[in-house]
Formats: sequence, C-alpha cells, structure tokens
Amino acid sequence: MHPVRKQRLYLVLFIALFSSIAVGLVVYALRGNINLFYPPAEVAAGKAPTGQPIRVGGMVLEDSLQRAPDSLAIRFKLTDYEAAVDVVYVGILPDLFAEGQGAVASGVLNEEGVLEATEILAKHDENYMPPEVTHALENSAYDEKGNAK
Amino acid sequence: MWPIFHKFGSPPWLYAIAGAILRWLLPITLLALVTGMVWGLLFTPSENVQGNSYRIIYIHVPAAVVALAGYYVMALAGAVSLIWRMKMADVAMKAAAPVGAALTFVALFTGAIWGKPTWGTWWVWDARITSMLILLFLYLGVVALYEAFDNKEAAGKACAVLSLVGMVNIPIIYKSVDWWYSLHQGASIKFTGETSIHPSMLYPLLLMIAAFYALFTCALLLNMRAELLQREQRTQWVQKLLSKDVVN
Repeated sequence: MHPVRKQRLYLVLFIALFSSIAVGLVVYALRGNINLFYPPAEVAAGKAPTGQPIRVGGMVLEDSLQRAPDSLAIRFKLTDYEAAVDVVYVGILPDLFAEGQGAVASGVLNEEGVLEATEILAKHDENYMPPEVTHALENSAYDEKGNAK
Repeated sequence: MWPIFHKFGSPPWLYAIAGAILRWLLPITLLALVTGMVWGLLFTPSENVQGNSYRIIYIHVPAAVVALAGYYVMALAGAVSLIWRMKMADVAMKAAAPVGAALTFVALFTGAIWGKPTWGTWWVWDARITSMLILLFLYLGVVALYEAFDNKEAAGKACAVLSLVGMVNIPIIYKSVDWWYSLHQGASIKFTGETSIHPSMLYPLLLMIAAFYALFTCALLLNMRAELLQREQRTQWVQKLLSKDVVN
C-alpha cells in the first residue's frame, strides 16, 4: 500500500479506536445512571434513595395484587426473586399489566419502604407466541424448549 | 481486484451499473415488501400477550436493523473516501445519510406507536431508545455538516470523521438492553442461541428484514445516481445523457 494511504488508514483506525475508548469510559463512568430502574434487591439493600422520584422494575409477584373495591387504588409487590418491594398506585394500568409479567413503577419510596407510584409501565419480554401454542404448552408436560416441566 | 476497484471510481460506469442493478432490484424489493407486509399483517397468528398490536414488529424491527447496518455502510464509505480519496465513496457516504435518518425515524416512530398500547407510554428515556435517538442525530448531523461546507472535499473529510466517531454508538444500541436495565425487551432474534419468536411469526419478519435491506440499497443507489448527475452536470457524459433523454 502507498505510504500516504497507509498513514491515512492508521489515522482512520486511530479515530475509530480512540473515540470508542473515550465513549467506553464515559459509559463506564455513567453505568449506574443509564439504568432506567432499580431492581427490588437494590431497593431492599437500601441503595435506592427515599423521598425523591425513582423507578423500580421487576416482575409483578403472583397473588400479590390487591384492588380496592371502591376506587382505582391497587397494591402489589414487584420482585426480582431475590427481594420484593411493595407498590401502591391509584390510576389506570396499561393493558399488559398482569401478575407474573414485568412492570416498571415510577414514584417515591416512603419511610416504610413502600413505593408510592405515580406511573406504572408494563414491560414485555422477547417471547412471541400464538395463543394456541401457549395454551398447548400450558397443557403439555414440556416447556417451549422441550424440557420436561 | 484492483481493476474493479478503479472502475468504481468512474462516474459514468457507476451511474450505468447502479441503473442496471435498480432495474431488477426495484421490482424485487417491491414484491418482497408487499408479500412480507400481507403475510405479516394478515396471515400470521395474533400474539398471546399483545394480541394484534405486535404486528407493527414487521415494520419496526426491519427499519431498526437496517438503520444500524446502514450506519456501517456510511462509515465504511467515509473511511474509503478518507484513505483512498475516492470521490465515489464520498458520494455513497453522502447518499446513505438521509436514507439512514429516514429508517431511524421510522424505527423511533413505530416504536412510540407500539409503546403506547403495550408499555403504556409513547416515550421513555431508557438506554435503547435514547441511543437510537442519538443515531438519528448522527445521521442528521452528517447531512447538515455536509451542507455546511462550501468546499466538497472539506465537507467529505469532516463527515467521514463524524461517521467514524459515531460508529461506536452502533454496538451500544445493540447491547443496550443487555448492559442496562431498560424498558425495551431483549433481542428476540439472536446471533447465538435460540430465537424466541414462534416460526409462524418469524418467517415473515425475516422476509421483511431482507426487503428493508433491499429497500435501503435501492434508495442508496437512486440517491447516488442523483448526486452523480448533480456533481458531473458540466461533463460530457451527463450532457450526452441529457440530450439523449430529450430526443427520446
């Protein structure tokens, strides 16, 4: 290769490499801040601040959902299967919100460690299945990976 | 290899070959898009959790995938034009930017439409969505930076450097859902490991991804041809082409 072009090739590699390192360091320094939410285990460990707006994300614990009979108030637990956080919320829930499904609640953690949520977002997973297949799998002795339940 | 490489440096040859490719690629693209769309929207089952709203995946995912791949095309063309001072690579880089910006916008827009019924919000500042917005600004930045210079050569150099620096964003977008807690779910189609979309939904999606790659190629070639004519408007081959068109 012509020496001038070789020099330009090194320049291009230099730009690509050093911009990657620079951005990599920025991202590494901000790694905690880029997370959209705290997992319940970190909230239980006291890493989440109280009295200021935060988000907590996890699975809605099965059989934890309680609805008030006369209002839109609800109470449920968010879990990452290590710890669980109580969430109270008044308002309309997204359609996909259900027990056993992912959700992200934003609100303020009070003194008792209960999240007083002002917004609930449903999180869905990367699995896409037709309803018939899901029902068939529920009745089958095997899961979708072919492993015995 | 080198003679072919040198041919790519010839505007009339590139103009002609792009035209020849477009003649058969455009109908194929159209056919693939229509087939994939009809298949995805009408002949796939509804989804267990999301019902019918998941069908926007057939536009959202292909647009996002090709927006990311298109950035590598633009950055690679930029690198070639920096190293070999190849004018045609500069044309390709300039032509790729608006196409990539449009695809990124489509991905963000359909994502917002999809987010409202599923997540319960149009927009959330999570890592995936924010890094995708940065990609849109990078594409638009290249378009704007090119126009900001009077000197084409200086414009090409500046844009090539911007494209190369922005390249670091692509793996960040791709891995953002694994590296950080985000609202956006993880990848369903994986390079390694099992795909978590049922085959009846996956095949039309793969067809749509292929169709969007073809669409990107068509748009890139059309853009390059227009740019070539504009740059070379005073040369003999363009004059000859124009006079031939007038006669016909």
